[in-house]
Amino acid sequence: MSIHKPEPISIFDSRIMKPALIESFKKLDPRQLWRNPVMFCVEIASVITLATFVMSLTGANREPAWFTGLVSVWLWLTVIFSTFAEALAEGRGKARAASLRKTRTDVTAKRLAKPDFTSAFTTVGANQLRKDDFILVEAGELIAGDGDVVAGAALVNESAVTGESAPVVRESGGDRSAVTGGTTVIANSIIVRITANPGETFLDRMISLIEGAKRRKTPNEIALEVLLIALTLVFLLVCANISPLSMYSVKAAGQGSPVSLTVLTALFVCLAPTTIAALLPAIGIAGMDRLFQKNVIALSGRAIEAAGDVNVLLLDKTGTITLGNREAVAFVPVGGHSEQELAEAALMASLTDETPEGRSIVALAKQKHGLKGDALPPDAETIAFSAETRLSGVNTGGNRYRKGAADSTVAFVRTLGARAIPGELTDVVDRIARAGATPLVVSCDAEILGVVNLKDIIKGGIQERFQQLRSMGIKTVMITGDNPLTAAAIAAEAQVDDFLAQARPEDKLRLIKENQEAGYMVAMTGDGTNDAPALAQADVAVAMNTGTQPAREAANIIDLDSNPTKLLDIVEVGKQILMTRGNLTTFSISNDVAKYFAIIPAMLLSIYPQLEVLNIMHLATPLSAILSAVIFNAIIIPLLVPLALRGTKFRPMPAEKLLIHNLLIYGAGGIIAPFVGIKGIDLMIGMFA
Amino acid sequence: MTQYEWLQTILFLVLLLAAVKPLGAFMAKVFQGERTMLSPVLAPCENLLFRVCGVKRDEEMDWKRYAAAVLLFNLALFVSLFAILMLQHLLPLNPQKFPAFTWQLALNTAISFVTNTNWQAYSGESAASYFTQMVGLAVHNFVSAATGIAVAIAVIRGFARRRTSMLGNFWVDMTRCTLYVLLPITLVSALVLVSQGVTQNFSNYKTVPLVQPITYDKPTADAKGNPVTARVTVKEVTIPMGPVASQEAIKELGTNGGGFFNANSAHPYENPTPLSHMVEIFLILLIPFALTSTFGVMVGNTRQGWAILGVMVLIMAISFAVLQGAETGGNPLVAKLGVHGVNMEGKEVRFGLAGTNLFSVATTGTSCGAVATMHDSLTPLGGMIPLGLILLGEIAPGGVGSGLYTMLAFAVIAVFVAGLMIGRTPEFLGKKIEVCEMWMSIITVLAAGVVVLILSGIAMITPKAVASMANPGSHGLSEVLYAFASMANNNGSAFAGLSANVNFYNILGSLAMLVGRFVPAVAVLAMAGSLAEKKYVPPSLGTLPTDKVPFALWLTLVILIVGALTFFPALSLGPIVEHLTMLGGK
Repeated sequence: MSIHKPEPISIFDSRIMKPALIESFKKLDPRQLWRNPVMFCVEIASVITLATFVMSLTGANREPAWFTGLVSVWLWLTVIFSTFAEALAEGRGKARAASLRKTRTDVTAKRLAKPDFTSAFTTVGANQLRKDDFILVEAGELIAGDGDVVAGAALVNESAVTGESAPVVRESGGDRSAVTGGTTVIANSIIVRITANPGETFLDRMISLIEGAKRRKTPNEIALEVLLIALTLVFLLVCANISPLSMYSVKAAGQGSPVSLTVLTALFVCLAPTTIAALLPAIGIAGMDRLFQKNVIALSGRAIEAAGDVNVLLLDKTGTITLGNREAVAFVPVGGHSEQELAEAALMASLTDETPEGRSIVALAKQKHGLKGDALPPDAETIAFSAETRLSGVNTGGNRYRKGAADSTVAFVRTLGARAIPGELTDVVDRIARAGATPLVVSCDAEILGVVNLKDIIKGGIQERFQQLRSMGIKTVMITGDNPLTAAAIAAEAQVDDFLAQARPEDKLRLIKENQEAGYMVAMTGDGTNDAPALAQADVAVAMNTGTQPAREAANIIDLDSNPTKLLDIVEVGKQILMTRGNLTTFSISNDVAKYFAIIPAMLLSIYPQLEVLNIMHLATPLSAILSAVIFNAIIIPLLVPLALRGTKFRPMPAEKLLIHNLLIYGAGGIIAPFVGIKGIDLMIGMFA
Repeated sequence: MTQYEWLQTILFLVLLLAAVKPLGAFMAKVFQGERTMLSPVLAPCENLLFRVCGVKRDEEMDWKRYAAAVLLFNLALFVSLFAILMLQHLLPLNPQKFPAFTWQLALNTAISFVTNTNWQAYSGESAASYFTQMVGLAVHNFVSAATGIAVAIAVIRGFARRRTSMLGNFWVDMTRCTLYVLLPITLVSALVLVSQGVTQNFSNYKTVPLVQPITYDKPTADAKGNPVTARVTVKEVTIPMGPVASQEAIKELGTNGGGFFNANSAHPYENPTPLSHMVEIFLILLIPFALTSTFGVMVGNTRQGWAILGVMVLIMAISFAVLQGAETGGNPLVAKLGVHGVNMEGKEVRFGLAGTNLFSVATTGTSCGAVATMHDSLTPLGGMIPLGLILLGEIAPGGVGSGLYTMLAFAVIAVFVAGLMIGRTPEFLGKKIEVCEMWMSIITVLAAGVVVLILSGIAMITPKAVASMANPGSHGLSEVLYAFASMANNNGSAFAGLSANVNFYNILGSLAMLVGRFVPAVAVLAMAGSLAEKKYVPPSLGTLPTDKVPFALWLTLVILIVGALTFFPALSLGPIVEHLTMLGGK
């Protein structure tokens, strides 16, 4: 597949930076900012210091005006850095959404009275189309809305949505009937039944998701916010408590002055978990955006978080674990027939078979046995594969060539009056199946000629991927329509933990329900309509963009590349989002230790000079100590923006090791970093002063 | 520490830890309604009680009904105790003819005993009759302890149960707790205390001649009202009597701490010998320690119980080490005067330094609040230890029941952050921690701290409140901080030095005790209700193990950091400045 990924735009690109800068000021509007309560409090604090600064210009303040002014500036910067981080995270998505919106220009549609190519049409605007309308789309026209092809087949260019330039076939019936509004028909005509009202189409949803307009806070985000709000409230009370305590201490010590409002406000902002609160919205948006870079659209942030929790991964064998196609690798004759005879029959039975398996049989027969036969005799009649007979083949020259699963082929030859089935057939079939390959039995009339060995090719590197998942505590289950023997062999080779053989849609649904009953979070991928119930049941349901409309509606994540291995990336991003939140929370709170050692001695020194002992950083003056803490508190936000947008690096390792690892970096680091930072800033202030 | 002190401390810890598993398992049986070795004797009493009171033992309650029952029961207890205190002069068993309490003092005392705080703004021997002590205070020592344990058990069920809204029956839990756990242990330990010389009688106070009469100048006023002194010689002394042992045992066992006498466990009739001293510390820590094991058994993960206990013991051990170090160092200002050695001010010589410090750590680590030494007389840093242990929220190991549930709320918060750090939506014991759990655990953990911050702030700008300080300055600030910390966290011990029987402390203190007791209790029940309804997520390699050392250390760190961040400024104006001043030689 040649995928044209959305062009990666650097966040330092001026196309993103400029609008983000403007947006970050718009976001200062309290009506918007209150959605982030911690930063809202910081904004109030900034207003208070600004007011104090104005008053201090008239000489009504104890501290020098330059100090109050600088504190106010840096508090405002703290808020702006946070809104800027959010705007930056939204920026990339917005750029992409704008380009999508271009494709949604005023499209007209040919509405039909009934789904019939001969029926007359009326031309209407796309916004007038409603669910269950029928429209005719001809070559070169844009499809006006999401829908299902109900008649005809066409080549469709979906690059507007997927970035994939190679056109795909969309046809009525089967699993390739869904079309997306905004894509273009290149050849042939189709009739589409509209399945979404204007404003609710896939493209609409995609745009609003990318823009972040409809982004709701996820439950986990809210729970974290509860913690942050509670901490903020406590620190507010701590600061409020210092005021009367210092007033009393002034009286008792007979010297010094009580802590001023400016210093209290500065202390409050430094203590409040501003670092994480400022970056929290950006982390979630950036996570969705990272998935989008991988051409995956999450329909809710909740789905991505759930992906981080997944314990059981249901993977379709075909396309995920094995390369999509099985290949014929050998002809094994039975019942005294020659290999040549078998090859000829297999070739005949497969000549009209356009499936990759069928083509690989033709190729093997030609290559190994030098057979020719590009065209069938004119009298040939193709017997297509059907779910009932589970056979396919050709009738020609009075002969009936068939190939199919062992039991169905045997049943078929019996109906033709076969007296004896070669005794070694079962052995051969079993041997091939046990080796993880698919035995395809070939017959000509009532004779079983032999078996074609169709081998599954396991994707390179997949074992390591499963090993990683196992170390993260995620169990992989392979889903396959194969018989248990074949399934077991492939499962062993690919090193999945479990498999479900001969799986029907209801078996998948049951497997999901059983796992959920046991308390597990289940993720699965699917594309067919018959996957829809299982997708709807799964906690994380990834639908392929090539899939049917019902499958896409049942899913909460859509993979535009239709590459089932993406599930692993989604899990990774989900974990990254949670880890980034946790790590920055720990970092933010650990920072407070150093800030205390900077501010407490500084603000109480006039009352109790002996508190100088607590000034372990040896900061120059009380004012520069407080200012350094405020500046560090503000500056750490933009410094951590890249980390918030990228997410903390994900390492597959057991939980406990991961915890210790992250605690050392973000916990211990969070205690040490501000000591270094505040001291550095203090030295710099000293150079200017 | 001397070899003897090492031996005493270690032997004590070994004996205490040895009791954890058997008592824990026994309590698990009691609260799961199973038969125990005491059933043959007690089951008939239990059945009779339930029949008389109309309690249907299989009728379970959801968290709201459970919380309502707790509140209702405690309201009834408050009313009855308030009535006893206000009517004391009319009631029997009052040989000293004590008058009724003032309503402010009665309010404060009734709330104090209902909330398991046992803050005493009165002196037992000079204000409370035997009837008040036995029918009023001692009964409350049992039921307030049982209330705390019942709530803890309901919370444990919240973790243990799956997909139900039911947390058990409060009346059954409370009754079984009193009958099977508190009464038998109290009975045995009261006898042990009597054997050591703790009094148990209804006698009138004894007046005995002094061996050596004392003569001193007593301040008084002359006819015109001018202050003068008069020479007085005291030849005899009044010795208070009373049913002390029966109250002493439950005072420690139920982490109540309200002394029969004002001197509390420093009084020779409450705590006569080194052995009785160690028995009392043992009783204080016994149930809070053993409940961690009950927790482990009931949630089906005994390692988790040990991990929680490990956190409690670790915090206690650190505290003990700092306190012991500070007191051993003594006071350099006293040393200048030529008195070297450890700081023995306010300590009972018969208990020794390590024994005294162990009592201090135990009584403030739990919400007991009995005292065997004057915390006011500790060195500044030493005094910060009892204060700090209280301010941490009474979790190491905390009051009976309340310590465990507050610790579990801390664990929920610790799990939440740690869970995020490993990339999963956090889960504890197989239960997902979501918005409701976060709200409730945070309220549980922070309610008392918030009360302390607000009320101590108000006190410092209220002249009447400041006037109660015996030692104005940073030490006085510590006294006020300690008072509100003690009341809000339901500890009940006093830093001494503060005259607390004034309206300001009586009334605001009552408020602090009520909020500190019932807000966390209701919040933690709400959390349990939400947890019980969740399904169980089986652990996998990706699950954070919460029953191993790394998590236990993380939990310890979270507790210490939350406590330090909340109270560091206040402490720096109190004990820290005092310590630095002392080192500065002033």
